[in-house]
Amino acid sequence: MSAAHAVDGVRVPFGTRMRNWWGSLDRWQQWAVLIPVVVLIYLLPVLNPPLLTTEPGTNFQITLFNAARIALIAIGLNIVVGQAGLLDLGYVGFFAVGAYTTAVLSSPDSFLNSQYPWLICVPAAMFVTAVSGLILGAPTLRLRGDYLAIVTLGFGEIVRLLADNLDPLRGQRGFAAIPGPEVTRADGSQIFTATNGTPWYWLTITVIIIVLMLVGNLERSRVGRAWVAIREDEDAAEAMGVPTFRFKLWAFAMGATIGGLSGSIYAGQVGFINSQGFDVVTSILFLAAVVLGGSGNKVGVILGAFIIVYIPDRFQVIAEYRFLIFGLAIIVLMIFRPQGLLGARQRLLTYGRRAYQRLIGKGEQISSESALGKHQEGVVR
Amino acid sequence: MTRPEPPTEEISVEPPEGGLVAELQRMTPQERAEHEKAVAAAAATDREITVGVGDTLLELRDLTMRFGGLTALDAVSFSIQRGEILGLIGPNGAGKTTCFNAMTGVFRPTSGDVLLEGRSIARSHRYEITRLGIARTFQNIRLFGEMTALENVMVGTDARHRTSVPGAVFRFPRHFAEERAGVEKSMALLEFVGIADRAAEKARNLPYGYQRRLEIARALATEPKLLCLDEPAAGFNPAEKDDLVALIRKVREDGYTVLVIEHDMRVVMGVTDRIVVLEFGRKIADGEPDAIREDPAVVAAYLGVPE
Repeated sequence: MSAAHAVDGVRVPFGTRMRNWWGSLDRWQQWAVLIPVVVLIYLLPVLNPPLLTTEPGTNFQITLFNAARIALIAIGLNIVVGQAGLLDLGYVGFFAVGAYTTAVLSSPDSFLNSQYPWLICVPAAMFVTAVSGLILGAPTLRLRGDYLAIVTLGFGEIVRLLADNLDPLRGQRGFAAIPGPEVTRADGSQIFTATNGTPWYWLTITVIIIVLMLVGNLERSRVGRAWVAIREDEDAAEAMGVPTFRFKLWAFAMGATIGGLSGSIYAGQVGFINSQGFDVVTSILFLAAVVLGGSGNKVGVILGAFIIVYIPDRFQVIAEYRFLIFGLAIIVLMIFRPQGLLGARQRLLTYGRRAYQRLIGKGEQISSESALGKHQEGVVR
Repeated sequence: MTRPEPPTEEISVEPPEGGLVAELQRMTPQERAEHEKAVAAAAATDREITVGVGDTLLELRDLTMRFGGLTALDAVSFSIQRGEILGLIGPNGAGKTTCFNAMTGVFRPTSGDVLLEGRSIARSHRYEITRLGIARTFQNIRLFGEMTALENVMVGTDARHRTSVPGAVFRFPRHFAEERAGVEKSMALLEFVGIADRAAEKARNLPYGYQRRLEIARALATEPKLLCLDEPAAGFNPAEKDDLVALIRKVREDGYTVLVIEHDMRVVMGVTDRIVVLEFGRKIADGEPDAIREDPAVVAAYLGVPE
């Protein structure tokens, strides 16, 4: 492959080469690369590598947990924004619904006073957020583009204002003593505590891996194709037999569920939530993670989330100016690389690899760059 | 859809490294004929159509379409017989595309009815109409630019699939069955319309002629009872028009019924069995190409009446 590029003398960008290389590997080879990487990711908080660490400014393990938490949110938001192309500015609303459901069910401050264990609260929170996604989506998904963005922005604010003003939701006083998973060491001490980020980080990474597999399943199926078709051209999708409204609603529900899951994990970790921290700015920050990393690319949005959380913690000096810096970074990115750090290229077929191999004897050519390269080669010949 | 100027078609692509496209080049004429027969069989629809060949498949009954004070279609009635290629022509602004849009559910007709196999579809959603058996292409190409050619066609086959989110997440057996059948069919269709060599490229990077053919393949993938082509020859040179005419014939021979809107008289006269002529939203003629060519009303509509 690289030899061919050297012959036609067209410079192929590094990212494209990486992707072509990755695409040319067999499944087991991909696993052989992936597994050590995943192990390394798991070991990060224990290794606490000297240059990478955020200490002494911020606890490194907590930073990692926060990055993982935002990454999970970004994966959920990516379904809505990156795949189905529905601009959602109120995604923090789902995050808040998840966190509040967990709090209401488990905190001793709650009017329910049920104090369910965390593990029961998580599926409940996911269910409630999925329903809230449907409630938001059903009336609003007939809108498109900017109009939808405005309505979702309103939804995020409504959730925050409800939390602030509804008496049972306790506004600024919030809910305290939200439990985490009840797992104890041999000596009886809790493993999941608010101060120790490592177990939470491991839990979240595990959840991310599971979610990535399930979302990948969706992507390489009729559902993923329907979403991308809607993003590309909604009218054409409808004309090709895609029930666009139903699949947009599914995208909203799926995105919301993952947002709720993340909110639930967050509530369990910090142990205390109130109406602070669920504002529009947070919502925009989530979106920034998606756009920065590469809207539509699962790995990209995880990278974006990591950057958004890690950079301000690592370089404390800039923490105060982070919105300024992210703003500038996104402007620069939109000029030079509008597709984000890692451009999107979903694979949408379960048997795609086999089919391309059968038809043309090689995998797909992903990038426009390679098409251009071939074009010029053709002229030479 | 904004897309960069596609590369011109003449440029030879590097020879395929292997696979079916390469094998095809090495086949003897006899082997190739057999292969083409197999492809045509795979591309054909195996769905049941209640009307017989030659009977009325689709009927427009007094179809009227008003936009405010403008009557775009005025009580237009005609029918399409199963197995024929019907041409719909008329001067600019005659209501051809409006007629098309009313048939495919983009617009709800003001009055009148559209009957597919005797059942009214005038009030159905667009995606339901596609599933019931009317597929279309677009005058200005509307592919899913970021998807590969093969994926585009798969979206078409998905119209007949039923896997939804639970089935896809948890990989129900039906998901695998549909996915396998869909990919087989999509590959056959790409070969059928002659663009299999670029199956793995993004639709937006395909040459213009390939994009037109891909639209036809995507529409055929929904297994339509009636295939509607909206100006398929727009932007083609004479040689490409000949290829297109051959393709449309091939589609019909494969058992499809075709409706063509077209400006280019060479294409219309060359491929259709029957022609319906619209002018100012009214039907002014309906007949075989030779008769239409001589019809004074049609000649007047196109050339004007001498003072």
